[in-house]
Amino acid sequence: MTDTISFSQEVSNLLYAAEGEPLRTCIQCGTCSGTCPVAGYMDYTPRQIIALINAGNKEQVLESNTFWYCASCYHCTVRCPQKINITELMYALKRYSIWKGQHKEGLIGPTFSEAFVKMIVRGGRSFEPVLAPSYIFSLNLREMLQEVTNATELLLKGRLPVLPARIKRIDSFKRMIGRIIPMGGLE
Amino acid sequence: MKEYAYFPGCSLEKMAVSYHLSALETTKKLGIKLKELEDWNCCGATTYFYIDELLAYTLCARNLAIAEKTGLDVVAPCSACYKNMYFTAAHLKKDADLAEHVNFALEEDNLQYNGNVNIKHLIEVFAQDVSAEEIKSKVTRPLEGIRVAPYYGCQIVRPQKEKEDVEQPQFFEGILSAIGATPVNYPLKMRCCGGSLIISSRTAALAMVRNLLQSAVDSQATVIATACPMCQVNLECYQQQVNQEFGTNFSFPVLYFTQLIGLAFGIPPKKLGIGKEFVSIAPSLLRAGQSKD
Ligand code: SF4
Ligand code: SF4
Ligand code: SF4
Ligand code: SF4
Repeated sequence: MTDTISFSQEVSNLLYAAEGEPLRTCIQCGTCSGTCPVAGYMDYTPRQIIALINAGNKEQVLESNTFWYCASCYHCTVRCPQKINITELMYALKRYSIWKGQHKEGLIGPTFSEAFVKMIVRGGRSFEPVLAPSYIFSLNLREMLQEVTNATELLLKGRLPVLPARIKRIDSFKRMIGRIIPMGGLE
Repeated sequence: MKEYAYFPGCSLEKMAVSYHLSALETTKKLGIKLKELEDWNCCGATTYFYIDELLAYTLCARNLAIAEKTGLDVVAPCSACYKNMYFTAAHLKKDADLAEHVNFALEEDNLQYNGNVNIKHLIEVFAQDVSAEEIKSKVTRPLEGIRVAPYYGCQIVRPQKEKEDVEQPQFFEGILSAIGATPVNYPLKMRCCGGSLIISSRTAALAMVRNLLQSAVDSQATVIATACPMCQVNLECYQQQVNQEFGTNFSFPVLYFTQLIGLAFGIPPKKLGIGKEFVSIAPSLLRAGQSKD
């Protein structure tokens, strides 16, 4: 860790328009962890994850479930006395771990997000049933039954679309996305 | 007549069709026209940001560019769409580099975004653009005695935009009072319902839903009012699973704020999508909406 950039700097570079190393300004006050509604389910609380990043413990951070359990509720962010955008940090860690293909085994988050994005890139709109097969087998049996029950009930109440909605200008829409990411990667 | 460009978002097409219907009915009564954006695309909720930030901004910017051509302010009824559009617009305004990148992609769809769109959440239209007096003047069946828990959730108020109150806002309560209902003190009104975790981290999400339901019961509310399709589905449709998981016995109605306004305006329940709930609403609610004519 002497001649390469630190993990904290690497992560800071992924934060939108962040200047310098905001994570270094963390005073470890624990306001974020105290606010976080999911902290009890995380391997490390938001405060701990920042401490681990600053200490350069990359493996431990990427192997944790913390950022996959973040609900993006921004409650920590509006309360941090140092104005650290903790929610955005969690997003950045998700992206980082997807790019590096390195994440904790058995998590549904990564599969689900990739399936969701693929679906929208193809059709331009979100269509729930297309999504189901990609993640449903990673749920345990009880969770799977819950999901199927809910989908069936939504369908009966006329609340699930029966055919995928597509936007009209799908060809130019795809070309537009092609200017951002090579389609090979997502199709 | 006020007019807005309306971005329904994917969930309003089916999952949250009652929100869509009641939004259109109630705004119409107030002389507001919601004109659906032509050929809009999904804003991606939070998922795009997990994968690729630039893609996320581009998808939102496409909708913004389409809206800009209409010259109208954009209204989004979904809190996630609202937050995404609002902050995409804000970032594009500040960051010329990002705007150039995004516009390069939009060219493929013959679009361009110049940074001139205002974005509002549907509830802001009722709270800011329409006065409480105007709302009151349309009430024919005040929801007297109906105790409502105003659920703000996350993304209407967070992240903070300027200097607005992000800890104890009162605008939702204001709307409920205007239609004659009693907004209860709902201590968890700003807490997250865990919607984005319901697939990926189910136990955590169900616990969050349980806490919100319990808090509503404790505050002796009759119904929870929401302003977001994801919150509504999460709070209403997973009650059975919450009960299984925690041995509770919840059967608590959750309606869109526009459905409550609609009842107070005397709009027939069916036109407000009432009847599509998993948990039927209390008869007292319907009666309150119908007793006075
Ligand atoms: S609230 Fe901010 S300063 Fe306090 S521990 Fe969390 S990140 Fe660090
Ligand atoms: S944004 Fe994520 S880390 Fe912050 S409080 Fe919410 S769930 Fe916890
Ligand atoms: S938040 Fe959800 S429903 Fe709303 S447009 Fe965006 S993705 Fe589609
Ligand atoms: S699910 Fe949570 S994060 Fe999403 S809008 Fe509802 S309250 Fe906010």
